[in-house]
Amino acid sequence: MSTPAAAPRRNRPEFRNIHVTQIVRYRMPMPAMVSIMHRISGAALFLALPFLLWMFDLSLISESTFERMAMVASGWFVKLVLLFLIWGFLHHLVAGIRYLVLDLHVGLDLPQARGNALAVFAISLPLTLVAALKLFGAF
Amino acid sequence: MAFAPPPAGIGTKRLVVGAHYGVGNFLLQRLTALVLVVFFALLGARLLLAGPLDYVAWASLFVPMWMKVLTLVALLALLYHAWIGVKDIWLDYVKPVWARLTLQTLTALWLLACAVWSVQILWRV
Repeated sequence: MSTPAAAPRRNRPEFRNIHVTQIVRYRMPMPAMVSIMHRISGAALFLALPFLLWMFDLSLISESTFERMAMVASGWFVKLVLLFLIWGFLHHLVAGIRYLVLDLHVGLDLPQARGNALAVFAISLPLTLVAALKLFGAF
Repeated sequence: MAFAPPPAGIGTKRLVVGAHYGVGNFLLQRLTALVLVVFFALLGARLLLAGPLDYVAWASLFVPMWMKVLTLVALLALLYHAWIGVKDIWLDYVKPVWARLTLQTLTALWLLACAVWSVQILWRV
């Protein structure tokens, strides 16, 4: 007969069949942040698809619909939505390129994976800031 | 009916039944991602070089046939990429079969509609 395993030194929380509501209590390492943001940004872009296609359509039909599109995009609330979508696009793009590189078994070791996860934020967030300044007319 | 032992290299942990185990979608998710990276890099570079665009300059980008085809291919890649990703989200979080199938069906129909709409948008220019 096998002997029972030694008692754990501390009472660590144990997660099985993880529920979405438990995620908020995790201490997320950097690669996990990139991962969940990749999913959230992807879902947001999917939900925004009709809005984006509609804007694209308006921008191409005629001069007057182009103006209408510009009018719609000039409201502060729409600008905030657009900024969120720009962040989502940039994060999804940069994190996606990271995943393509990881698929080639490059940068998979934990220290490198932490580093290149941090690099995703270090690239996507400043780009989002530039887009925000442009969107709200700083330059 | 006896099953033959799995051939060498297949492994002993799974039953070889001819299912694809998602390998096709795994590869297509990455292939479509590459298409999108290239397309948005080219479009982004073109727009940054051009500076602010008025309607005529913007719309004339999409007039040549090759640009319509390129953009449509990129949009179809985007829609298929979205299909794989959104389906994964439903599979991860929605457990009741009826809800999962309903959401998957609606997602597929919606993305299909977006594909048709994309053709209309591009070929109206």
